[in-house]
Amino acid sequence: MIHARALEKRYGDKRILRGVSLDVGTEDFLLVTGPNGSGKTTLLRLCAGLAAPSRGELSVGVERGRLGYLGHEPLVYRELTAHENLDLYGRLYRIAERRERTGMLLERFGLWDARHARAGSFSRGMLQRLALCRTLLHEPSLLLLDEPYSGLDDEGERLLDRELAERVARATFVVATHEPERLEQFASARLALA
Amino acid sequence: MTYFADVGALARKDLLLELRARDTLPAMLLFVVSTLVVFHFVLPAESSDLAATGLLWVALLFTALLGLSRSFAAEREQGVIDGLVLAPSDRSAIWLGKALSILAFLGLAEVIALPAYALFFRPVDAGLVGGVVLADVGIAAVGTLLAAMATASRARELLLPLLFLPLAIPIVIGGVGASVSGEPARYLGLLGLYDALFAIICWASFEYVVTE
Amino acid sequence: MSTWSRNNRLPALATLALTLMAAAIALIFFYAPLDEDGLNQKIFYFHVPIAFTAYACFGWGGWKALRHLWKGDEDADLESYVAIHLGVIFGVLTLVTGSIWARYRWGHWWVWSEDQLVLFLVLFLFYCAYFMLRYSLPPGPQRANLSAVYALFGVALIPVSILAIRLSQRFIHPIAFDEGGPNMAGSQFFTFCVAVLAMFAVAATLYHLELAGKRLDIRLRELREALQ
Repeated sequence: MIHARALEKRYGDKRILRGVSLDVGTEDFLLVTGPNGSGKTTLLRLCAGLAAPSRGELSVGVERGRLGYLGHEPLVYRELTAHENLDLYGRLYRIAERRERTGMLLERFGLWDARHARAGSFSRGMLQRLALCRTLLHEPSLLLLDEPYSGLDDEGERLLDRELAERVARATFVVATHEPERLEQFASARLALA
Repeated sequence: MTYFADVGALARKDLLLELRARDTLPAMLLFVVSTLVVFHFVLPAESSDLAATGLLWVALLFTALLGLSRSFAAEREQGVIDGLVLAPSDRSAIWLGKALSILAFLGLAEVIALPAYALFFRPVDAGLVGGVVLADVGIAAVGTLLAAMATASRARELLLPLLFLPLAIPIVIGGVGASVSGEPARYLGLLGLYDALFAIICWASFEYVVTE
Repeated sequence: MSTWSRNNRLPALATLALTLMAAAIALIFFYAPLDEDGLNQKIFYFHVPIAFTAYACFGWGGWKALRHLWKGDEDADLESYVAIHLGVIFGVLTLVTGSIWARYRWGHWWVWSEDQLVLFLVLFLFYCAYFMLRYSLPPGPQRANLSAVYALFGVALIPVSILAIRLSQRFIHPIAFDEGGPNMAGSQFFTFCVAVLAMFAVAATLYHLELAGKRLDIRLRELREALQ
């Protein structure tokens, strides 16, 4: 699914990634660990196609529309409601049964009652839940998750656990985190960045 | 036709955002009318009507800049542009959707500005209206791309007018020519050529502005 | 052979530029006949070749920008920047020589009726904005992309501006419209051609010189990084 050789990424004079190689198969769940600033986020951005490697090869065996990316930012419009945000992404991802999918996900992540509230009025944890809905909306076959548990409360963590357990057999995962304990149960491969 | 569905969804989102926050269009309207009032005092009593026409174009240009400088504010705040870039649609759809919403704002601002100009200075003729319509297309096309560029830079709002004004000189020449000359056809032609040429360049190059 | 030519390209180019420049100056002052403009007509042989060179630099910068976007050629970003940088220097020289010419010909340092002068002013502003854009971005792929897109705009802006400025003369200066090109005698044309070639050679030398310096900087930084 993902094949990378001697990947290097530099921003001007700063080298963020240096000589990273990895192979991720279709069934894999890759756990990327490492301290702050070790390039976890950069690696995910490269895999998502949001940035291009400075050197090395990278091929991702899935088209853009089949990729789900959860970054640091929720990537939603603050002035739009939760429902409107998901509806916009549903249109852009050309999801046929947009209404049902949106409703189902909002329900699942406990946002149904807040669906007509502006995303700007959400707490950090609610925004993370909304971002998860956005990421999973189009049933991606490759999921790139950057610190997926950040900001979630106990209930939210449980919801995400359930979601991951359900999907781990159906999709490929690359998950970056600095506290891997919670995700060890799913991991089939590990990459430690320094 | 999914391309135009994407463009429609993106433009609709911008109009919805404006309807919700109301922070761009009212500012543009107020700005263009205030500028026209200021221009009344700038023009000495004996100056010709032609000078007023020239100033109208200055007012329209700066009103457009005001709107353009806000155009990617929502995307910038939360890095939402990444979300749009990740979507499977062609990246140029992001440009086209945004340019269409800017075009709508410009058109609405001018629906107020032109009658105000006619009321304060001199009547509006067909050449002027034609010039304004064609100029809007060019301003929206080029301005949207430059606004996306400026958003990525450290200087942001400061940079946009610097990037935009040299590129707007042909628009101004075409617009003023169409408004003041007896035979506006050739100036409208210039504007049409500008619109077509730069729209194609913007359409083809927007992808590189939002990706690395 | 190829190593030899690579190592010696810069000295060879510099020699060529010097020779051509000396020849051009000799031709301009001792060979080309004076016309009714008198001595100040000599500046024509500098002004116009410098303007041509500036266009060539902008064009080359645009071409390299296109290469960068199209082929993802990373080196092309630097080449495009260096070409545009030189183009701006030659553009300023065009403005200065043009202004001097205007002073002696029409008695004013600036004449809005001179299309070329106005065009270079527009281009000067445009490429200054290019530098503002470049300096307000951190070095990296995004800066390279944005600079390249803006440089492409410049290439489109040149012909559109020529057209627009010509049209604008109709409502700004209704009288000053002279379609007749310069009528040059054979000897004048020859001198002019040598002057153009000399200016191109000077620009090419400066281009490779600046490029070599910039590449050396980059190489040095990489080595220093590798040592760390």
